[in-house]
Amino acid sequence: MRLLRIVPDDTKFDFMRFRRISFPISALLSIAAIALYFFHGLNFGIDFVGGTLMEVQTKAGPADLSKMRATIGGLQLGDFQLQQFGAPDDVLIRISEQPGGDEAQQVAVQKVRAALGDEVDYRRVEVVGPSVSNELLAYGTIGLMLAILAILIYLWFRFEWQFALGAMIANVHDLVLTVGFMSLTHIDFDLTSIAALLTILGYSLNDTVVIYDRIREMLRRYKRMPMPDLLNASVNATLSRSIVTHVTVAMSLLALLLFGGQAIHSFTATMMFGVVLVGTYTSVFIASPILIYLGVGSGRMGGPEEPEAPALAPSQTPAPASRSTPGPRARARR
Amino acid sequence: MLFFTRWKAAAILLTALAVCLFAVPNFFPERMVKNWPSWAQRHIVLGLDLQGGSHLLLQVDAATVRKDQLLSINEDVLRVLRTARIPFTGRAIRGNAVEVHITRDTDIDNALGKLRELSQPVGGFAGTTGQRTIDVAQNGGVITLTPTDAAITERVHQAVDQSIQIIERRVNEIGLVEPTIQREGIDRILVQVPGLQDPSHLKELIGKTAKLDFRMVDLSMTPEQAAQAHPSDSEILDGEKGEKYLIEKRVLVSGADLVDAQPGFDQRTNEPIVSFRFNSSGARKFAEATQANVGKPFAIVLDNKVISAPRINEPILGGSGQISGSFTVQSANDLAILLRAGALPAPLTIIEERTVGPGLGQDSINAGEHAAYAGAALVIIFMFVTYGLFGLFANIAVAINVAMIFGVLSLLSATLTLPGIAGIVLTVGIAVDSNVLIYERIREEVRHGRSAINAIDAGFTRALATILDSNITTFIAAAVLFYIGTGPVRGFAVTLGIGIITTLFTAFTLTRLIVAYWVRLWRPKVVPI
Repeated sequence: MRLLRIVPDDTKFDFMRFRRISFPISALLSIAAIALYFFHGLNFGIDFVGGTLMEVQTKAGPADLSKMRATIGGLQLGDFQLQQFGAPDDVLIRISEQPGGDEAQQVAVQKVRAALGDEVDYRRVEVVGPSVSNELLAYGTIGLMLAILAILIYLWFRFEWQFALGAMIANVHDLVLTVGFMSLTHIDFDLTSIAALLTILGYSLNDTVVIYDRIREMLRRYKRMPMPDLLNASVNATLSRSIVTHVTVAMSLLALLLFGGQAIHSFTATMMFGVVLVGTYTSVFIASPILIYLGVGSGRMGGPEEPEAPALAPSQTPAPASRSTPGPRARARR
Repeated sequence: MLFFTRWKAAAILLTALAVCLFAVPNFFPERMVKNWPSWAQRHIVLGLDLQGGSHLLLQVDAATVRKDQLLSINEDVLRVLRTARIPFTGRAIRGNAVEVHITRDTDIDNALGKLRELSQPVGGFAGTTGQRTIDVAQNGGVITLTPTDAAITERVHQAVDQSIQIIERRVNEIGLVEPTIQREGIDRILVQVPGLQDPSHLKELIGKTAKLDFRMVDLSMTPEQAAQAHPSDSEILDGEKGEKYLIEKRVLVSGADLVDAQPGFDQRTNEPIVSFRFNSSGARKFAEATQANVGKPFAIVLDNKVISAPRINEPILGGSGQISGSFTVQSANDLAILLRAGALPAPLTIIEERTVGPGLGQDSINAGEHAAYAGAALVIIFMFVTYGLFGLFANIAVAINVAMIFGVLSLLSATLTLPGIAGIVLTVGIAVDSNVLIYERIREEVRHGRSAINAIDAGFTRALATILDSNITTFIAAAVLFYIGTGPVRGFAVTLGIGIITTLFTAFTLTRLIVAYWVRLWRPKVVPI
C-alpha cells in the first residue's frame, strides 16, 4: 500500500530567508491587532461586564425578532441585543448590566420572563452580577499571565534563556493576533475565550518546543554549521510532523465546528484561527528565526551564503561555538 | 527501547485495562450500577450544562454581619459597665466601632480592664493565630471597641456555615433532586440543582432571610406623626399592601422560639393560614405578653415587613397560634417551610445564576457526541492513510487513551461539561501528535540509513524526549486553567490535564509495547511507514 506523504522527504526550503519579510509582517499585524483591541474593542460577554443572557426557543414556528424586540424594549432595561442563534426559532437575548448592584440583575430576568411568558422555552439563563464579573475578568487576566510566566520558567530550565524568551515572544504574538481576530470578528469574549487563549498558548508552545528540541539537538551535533542553515535544517526535519499534526488538529476542530453546536462555536473558531493558522506560521517563521536575533549561535562562522562547514578535526572547533550550545546542565539531563 | 520484560509488559497492560474498566459503570443504567460493590460505582457526573439545571452563586452580606456584631458589642458594653457599676455616657456605634465615655477618670482603668475581657481569641479555644476579636483603645475618657477584621471574617465564615444548613433544610422541603450546596471562598455559597428549569421558586426561598418577630403595635401616635417625631423605641414598617405601621422595636417573641410551622386553612374563612407552635420558653413569653395586652393589636413581622397585625382578643396560653395574612396556598406553604428551617444569619444576594434547560443540555450532549464521532472518524482514516499499519497501531493507542480518560474521570467522579468534551476531542489531537512525532522520527532515521529495528528504536528514544517536553508545557497551561478557572472552564482543564497524562502513558508504554511485539513477531527488514 502506498502511504500518503503530504510533505515529501528531505525538503530543503529556505525558511530563514523569509525572516526579513515575516518579521515586518508580524510586527504590522500585531500593531493592527492591538489597534483593533483599543479602537474596535472586544465584544465582552456577560462573564466580564455583567448582565443577563437568555437563550429562548419559540414554541410555535420561527421567532418574530421584531415583535420580541418591541416586547423587551417596553421593559425599560437599558441596552439589549437580540440575535438569532443557530436555528430560526432560537433567539439569544443579551441585556446589559442593570444599575443597582447584584439584586437589580435578578429583577431584570423576572421582568423578561413575565413579558415573554409561556410563548418560549427558556433554554439557558445566565445572570452575572457586577461583583462576580469584575472578579472573573481579573482572574482571567491573572491566569493568562501566570500561565505565561510558569511556562517561561519551565522553558528556561529546560533550554537556554534565549529559547524561553524566543518562545514567549512568538507565542504572545500568537495571542495578540488571536485577540485581534476576536475583535475583528466580534466573537463573544467570555470565560470560554480565556480557555481558548490558554489552549492556543499551550498548543503553540507545544509546537515551538518540538522545533526547539530539534534545534538543540542539531546545535549539539553540528558544531560549525551556520545558524540559518541549522535552523532551516531543523524546521525542514520537523516539517512533515508539523503538517500532519496540524491536519489532525484541524480535523478535530472542524468536527467540533460543524457538529459541536452553537455553544462552543466561538471557542472552536478562535482555536482554528489561533492554533491552525497562526500557530503553524509562528513556529516556522517567527519562533525559529528569532533565535538568530536573540544571539543563539552568534559565535558560529559565516552566513547562509558560505558553504557548509567541512568536517574539521575536533581540536579546531572554535571555542565560541560551544558557548551557544546548551551547557553541561542540559547535556547531563539526556 | 523495544525490549520489555514479561512482567513489565503485563503491568502496562493491566494498568491500562484497569483504568479503562473504571469507565464501565457509565454505560449501564444507574439502577443496575446501584447493586455493584461501592468501589465499582464511581461514574462521571454530567455537568449542569449537559443535563440541565440551575447554578446559583450566593453571597453573604458581610455588612449585615458587621452591623450585627457591632450591635452585640454595644449590648455587651452596657451589660459589663452596669454590672461593674461604672457610670458612663455617650455609648454609641460610630462607624465601625462602639464608643463609650466613662464619666469619672478614676474608673477608666477598671472599665478598660473589664471591657478588654470582652475580646476573645479568634476561633475560640482552637484559635492559634493569636488574633483577638476586638481592639480596645482608650483616648482620655473615651473607650473605643473595634471588631477586628479577623473576627469579622470568622463571623462571615460561621454565617456561611449556618446559611448552608438552613438552605439545605429549605431546599429539601420542596423536594428537589440531589441539590449540591457548598461553600465557595470565604463568603459565598454555591447551590446547584440538576434538572431544575425555572429557579424562580428556589430563588424566592433562598432569597428570604425569614427573620420572624412578634412585636407590639405602638398606638401612642400615628405612623404619620411618627415620621416627624422619630420615636426612639418604635419604627415605621410597611405592611403587605404598602400600608404603614408603627411598631415597637422591642421583640416579644422571636422566630427562634418556634418549634413547628404548618400550612393550613382557616376553619371559618377557609383562607390559607400558617399555624405555629412555640417551644416552652417562647410559649411562656407569648402567654405573658398576650395577658398583659388584651385588646391591643400586635404585629407579626417577617423580614421587616408586617404580615398581619391582629388584635389580642384573649390571652394565648397554649403556645400555639396561627398567622393569617393575604396568603395564597403557595405562599402559606413557603412561609411554613421558611419558619421551620429557621432564619438566615444574614441576607444572601444572588450574584451569579446559570440555568440550562433540559432541551439545550440534550442538544449539547448530542452535538458533543456527533463531533467526537466525526472527529474520530476523520483522524482514524487520515492516520491509516498516512502511516498504514503503524497508523492502525496509533488508532488503537488513541482509542485506549480515550477509554482511559473516561476511566480516570469516573475514578475521580469528575464532572463532564461541554467544554470538557471539547477538551477530550483536543486530547485526541495531542495523542495523535505523539504518535506522529514517533513515526516521523522513525521515517527520518530510516532515511539516514539505519536498519529497520534500529530506526524504530532510535525513533522512539528521540521522539519520547520531545513528547515529554511539549506535553509538559501544555500541561502547565491546563494546570493554571484548572487553578483559576470556574465551572465550565475548569471542566475543560480537567479533561485536558488528564488527557495529557494518559497520552504520556500510552506514548511511553502502550504504543511502544504494540510496536515491540510486532517487531518480535514479524522481524521486519523494512519499516512500512
